[in-house]
Amino acid sequence: MAIISRGFSGRRSAADVKLPPGQYLTTDFPVLSAGPTPDVPLDHWEFVIDDGTNILRRWDWKSFRDLPTEIFTVDLHCVTRWSKLGTSWEGVSLDTMLAEVKTDASHAMVRSYGDYTTNLPLNDLRNGQAWIAFRFDGKDLAPEHGGPARLLVPHLYLWKSAKWVRGMTLIHQDKPGFWEGLGYHIYGDPWREQRYSGDE
Amino acid sequence: MWRIGTIVALHDETPTARTITLEVPDWPGHLAGQHVDVRLTAPDGYSAVRSYSIASAPNSERRVELTVERLPNGEVSPYLTQEVAVGDSLELRGPIGGWFVWRTEQTEPIQLVAGGSGVVPLMAMIRTRASAGSTAPFRLLYSVREPGAVFYREELQALSDHDHAVSLTYAYTRAAPKDWPQPPGRIDAALIANTTWPSNLVPTCYVCGPTSFVESTTDLLIASGNGRDKIRTERFGPTGDRK
Repeated sequence: MAIISRGFSGRRSAADVKLPPGQYLTTDFPVLSAGPTPDVPLDHWEFVIDDGTNILRRWDWKSFRDLPTEIFTVDLHCVTRWSKLGTSWEGVSLDTMLAEVKTDASHAMVRSYGDYTTNLPLNDLRNGQAWIAFRFDGKDLAPEHGGPARLLVPHLYLWKSAKWVRGMTLIHQDKPGFWEGLGYHIYGDPWREQRYSGDE
Repeated sequence: MWRIGTIVALHDETPTARTITLEVPDWPGHLAGQHVDVRLTAPDGYSAVRSYSIASAPNSERRVELTVERLPNGEVSPYLTQEVAVGDSLELRGPIGGWFVWRTEQTEPIQLVAGGSGVVPLMAMIRTRASAGSTAPFRLLYSVREPGAVFYREELQALSDHDHAVSLTYAYTRAAPKDWPQPPGRIDAALIANTTWPSNLVPTCYVCGPTSFVESTTDLLIASGNGRDKIRTERFGPTGDRK
């Protein structure tokens, strides 16, 4: 049972929008990263799907950009409690990128330039739920927001949407990535408020 | 899950920032650089939560200090900087975060770079170094709008006077004190070269401040030879004007 904060009334959103518990609405686009923004030249960029032993798929920037793209509008929910609604992106669906990958792996460890990692169930990357996005609001994705390309998995907290992605390793047993090993939740569903390890 | 802290002291750092000292009976201790979530609840059950960096070193009194900067259109910070009184209770969750932390076992040179209220978690590191009797050499480069916006000024001065292994450089961006050697301006390559650790000493760098500040100063640190893997960052606020 929460204690009442004497004299606090708060500021409710007039629009009566539905946000996940504990989130507040922002129109800014805050930036959170654990280290410097990496410099990723497009002629060195690659995205590799492997199984820990073998490379299953590999794209350079040109072959990646030759893939069919989707334009989509999604809501973002950051574990630091801001939510930003109706953001507009262009990217390649992970369904497209995983289409020819035959695997019985259950999870993926996503890797980024700058050595960030995050873990997700493979099912959460399929069925129109995840993209490798390279354009935000009609413009090339800015480096501090993950450009040239970032993962976008909007139904999970935003730390799962790794910036500066370079690939993923398909794994048979879930294990924590970078933030998941530093006290954040292994799955991170904002609607169940799975912020920190120990949350249900 | 939520702990209850009682406010035992309030101290205005600047006209817009206040340090709140809480006594938290079941506080488990923390690492320098960690933060807490603070929850406010209105009589009808509406609640709002924000994260604040811990300013204090871990201590046996189970006291936790937060320094909160009032944001012009904030929902929680105006309440914390203007409404709360000694004796009030606040709900906290934490400590949170295991990356932007300094541990007392670290002996390498430490370069701290603060932009405005980004000094708060860095102050926790400086205080923890002092209370643990660490001899790790520390440098703080503290960028601030004007002299009146400096947090912890006397304490920082006393710590660096007392122990020459803690050195302190201010960079004023809008207005400098009279007879200050440089005109006001943002941190540039020359200031990084002249006041931060030479990169061949392989310092660990902690940079905290608004997004545009962190982006530009980490670029300068990298350009002066620091490894990307030696730089830890904590950013706040919206995207800056950097392209």
